[in-house]
Amino acid sequence: MIVATDPHHGRTSVPHSIDAAFAALPLRALADAALARARALGSDHADFRLERIRSASWRQRDARPSGGSDTTDLGYAVRVVHGGSWGFASGVDLTMDGAAKVASQAVAMAQLSAKVIKAAGSDERVELADEPVHEDRTWVSAYEVNPFEVADEEKAALLADFSARLLRADGVAHVDASLLAVHENKFYADTAGTVTTQQRVRIHPELTAVAVDGTTGEFDSMRTIAPPAGRGWEYLTGTGWDWDSELERIPELLAEKMRAPSVRAGRYDLVVDPSNLWLTIHESIGHATELDRALGYEAAYAGTSFATFDQLNKLTYGSSVMNVTGDRTAPHGLATIGYDDEGVEAQSWDLVKDGTLVGYQLDRRIAKLTGLGRSNGCAYADSPGHVPVQRMANVSLQPDPGGLSTEDLIGGVERGIYVVGDRSWSIDMQRYNFQFTGQRFFRIENGKLAGQLRDVAYQATTTDFWGSMEKVGGPQTYVLGGAFNCGKAQPGQVAAVSHGCPSALFRDVNILNTTQEAGR
Amino acid sequence: MRIRTKPHEIVERALELSTADGCVVIADEESSANLRWAGNALTTNGVTRGRTLTVIATVNGKEGTASGVVSRSAVTAEELEPLVRAAEAAARGAGPAEDAQPLVTGTPASPGFTDGPAETSSAVFTDFAPALGEAFARARAGGRELYGFAHHTMVSTYVGTSTGLRLRHDQPTGTLEVNAKSPDRSRSAWAGRYTRDFKDVDPTALDAELAVRLGWAERKIDLPAGRYETILPPTAVADLLIYQMWSAAARDAAEGRTVFSKPGGGTRVGERLSGLPLTLRSDPAAPGLESAPFVIAHSSGDDASAFDNGLPVPATEWISGGELARLTTTRHSAALTGLPTAPGFGNLILDAGGEKSLEEMVAATERGLLLTCLWYIREVDPATLLLTGLTRDGVYLVENGQVVGAVNNFRFNESPVDLLSRASEAGRTEKTLPREWNDYFTRTAMPALRIPDFNMSSVSQGV
Repeated sequence: MIVATDPHHGRTSVPHSIDAAFAALPLRALADAALARARALGSDHADFRLERIRSASWRQRDARPSGGSDTTDLGYAVRVVHGGSWGFASGVDLTMDGAAKVASQAVAMAQLSAKVIKAAGSDERVELADEPVHEDRTWVSAYEVNPFEVADEEKAALLADFSARLLRADGVAHVDASLLAVHENKFYADTAGTVTTQQRVRIHPELTAVAVDGTTGEFDSMRTIAPPAGRGWEYLTGTGWDWDSELERIPELLAEKMRAPSVRAGRYDLVVDPSNLWLTIHESIGHATELDRALGYEAAYAGTSFATFDQLNKLTYGSSVMNVTGDRTAPHGLATIGYDDEGVEAQSWDLVKDGTLVGYQLDRRIAKLTGLGRSNGCAYADSPGHVPVQRMANVSLQPDPGGLSTEDLIGGVERGIYVVGDRSWSIDMQRYNFQFTGQRFFRIENGKLAGQLRDVAYQATTTDFWGSMEKVGGPQTYVLGGAFNCGKAQPGQVAAVSHGCPSALFRDVNILNTTQEAGR
Repeated sequence: MRIRTKPHEIVERALELSTADGCVVIADEESSANLRWAGNALTTNGVTRGRTLTVIATVNGKEGTASGVVSRSAVTAEELEPLVRAAEAAARGAGPAEDAQPLVTGTPASPGFTDGPAETSSAVFTDFAPALGEAFARARAGGRELYGFAHHTMVSTYVGTSTGLRLRHDQPTGTLEVNAKSPDRSRSAWAGRYTRDFKDVDPTALDAELAVRLGWAERKIDLPAGRYETILPPTAVADLLIYQMWSAAARDAAEGRTVFSKPGGGTRVGERLSGLPLTLRSDPAAPGLESAPFVIAHSSGDDASAFDNGLPVPATEWISGGELARLTTTRHSAALTGLPTAPGFGNLILDAGGEKSLEEMVAATERGLLLTCLWYIREVDPATLLLTGLTRDGVYLVENGQVVGAVNNFRFNESPVDLLSRASEAGRTEKTLPREWNDYFTRTAMPALRIPDFNMSSVSQGV
């Protein structure tokens, strides 16, 4: 079951104002104190960012509360370019003296950095790409009901109801339920004069049903495929996802999965559902087209990229039906913003056009360094204690405007597998070799689904896989998937990001049997 | 007015404000300093300072005790009472907690509970930073590019409860990772260290070590996927066993849904996992790897309970003499499963009595692979704990006791539980930094393991 999450589907979002308690903080006064100190100490550039991020989780195990948390992170950061080096410091003391002190610490860190660079004999200097000044802008994401304004009792009752529906079914031994919600406020000001105040809300409900065969000891699970979304509480009550339909089908699908035959390893045609393909896009396109990574700035940690800068406008990334965009503006996208953490206005642009690499994700330093002009707004810090790094936009595979339905894509396959939902994922540090599993694998025989398979993983090399994409589905198959937990950088940061895609048909992909891989 | 009082005073004040049946207050004072570099030059760096106050309120009701957990950073004086009330409201809205237990009593107060927090700053790099600059210069002169990260944090945690506990723990954590590459990036090598204070790490020595490994990689050897005799170095063993321990919750096992479930019911506790005399243990007092001697749980989960805050964490053997001895339990899940209470762990040590260094194990290898580290490890199948991931930054072919060149990288599919059963030799246990999981878990000591038939599932072109 796939419910379209077309950006314009559902009720119109209610416009909200910036949260009054956040707006009442001494945002400008603190910024002025910090930026004035940085200027006085001779910084070439300084920016000030004050954030309040409220993150909460509610968890249930077999419809009973099993833990939760409600955390609010409030603090601010000062970043400077001083003497050609970056300096960064953060603090929590919301006084003018405190903000000025943090600015001094940032300058001191830049000076320390400059010493190390000098000792190494390097002449590298940090410079930033130009960006128009955006004076006093506010931006609020599209949602109807802030989940933090819904009573905890109501949340607990809804999760318990969802869990109970699954637990009532034969064959469901356990149900795990979780709901994550985030309310993020950011204030940004820099020495060029840009001042932005923003507010975002996002939510991620998830339920997992577990079946256990007490005799054989075999067990398996089936998780909901509803993606996290840049929406509010309304996402659980009918806007953007059909929970009733999904919950009704899971027990039957799980029971079928427990009985399903183990896949025979080999090569198959695949129809990949958006609920699975979003994660493949994330790993093999999203991260691979981050230019900081391609240039080596993530080399020691998350790795580099095969899509090196010299390959721009040359690399054949995939087949001619492959068109991928980076987009900071998609309604309800998890990486959707008004302005990034360097004061750059949100944009939308091409990454892959007709199968060829044509763009990258940029921040201001990388844009300047590579001569690509203006940043496309991909700087983000996940907390006031972290420095902004180049983070992923909503990277999405575009549908074929006149493309087929998922059923018709399946109809074009003689012997293959239809892959639904994500589960396990892993890709190498240059984004070549990947392996993914899923929630549900259906055998395709002569254009029809013929029951589920177990123990399936698909393994490929990025360009081979995208090169084997024969057809992308139409807009009616398009779903905006995503995750709350994309990790990058050192110190480690997490970011939420969405990936839209249609269903797509891939020919001749390598399928592993995971029990054989385990040596069983 | 901003709070400028000591953390213990905030804890006491929050406890005074509590009107719930029970209350736990955790104050975390954190400071950090970091340096990051790429291509022989610093890229970003920073210092941070933060305070987070967590209030756990428990409310008794007819159907059981509920808990509410609320955390706030940068709490102001006027926000302290709202924070306590928010935790109480969360408890009342949550319904009875399944892990409810009486709050812990009887743990003796920590010395220094009323002292100010320990702190780190950029001063921790006073000697290290110039040495790093020297390492950059040497690397440049030697035709190498250095990438990496040095991070030091200090967290002082204060725990107070309405049942009278007054506990405090200072946790310094330092990590150093250095990655060396040839300028064309066709060769890559990595080394990492855990440190408490950056006094025992030398970036120039690491650069020299990596120069040797880049030298090994000047000869390239292509090998196909397959099963190979493989020496897993301590860092790779740490990454695999950390994941295994994260999958060792007793309750999940007893419910039949993990690799430690016994078919037909119950757990595999008591079952032999390895023919080697392996001991996998954790010990808060392990020299150089010290961790909190009492439970600090900011929320409840599958293997932690907010009700257990302050419970002593004893030295625990998870595997004894090759047999599965313990699975992680809270007091609640211990009662459910009939297993002893075994709280989560802050360090992990594997020891099989081996004496050989990694170099001696290489010297004793007729033909096999020597890995550097593993990356992007993810669970494929919980029933077998099959994990997938990749080799990274150097796979070397050993022939007749000598490294003869670098092999392409591989994707692996393996279960750590199976690996323990197939390991034919364990080397000398030494402190090591896990490569993949060091954002979450750093304090480990592991031996290298020899695996006769490690499953390299496919070749990875990545370098």
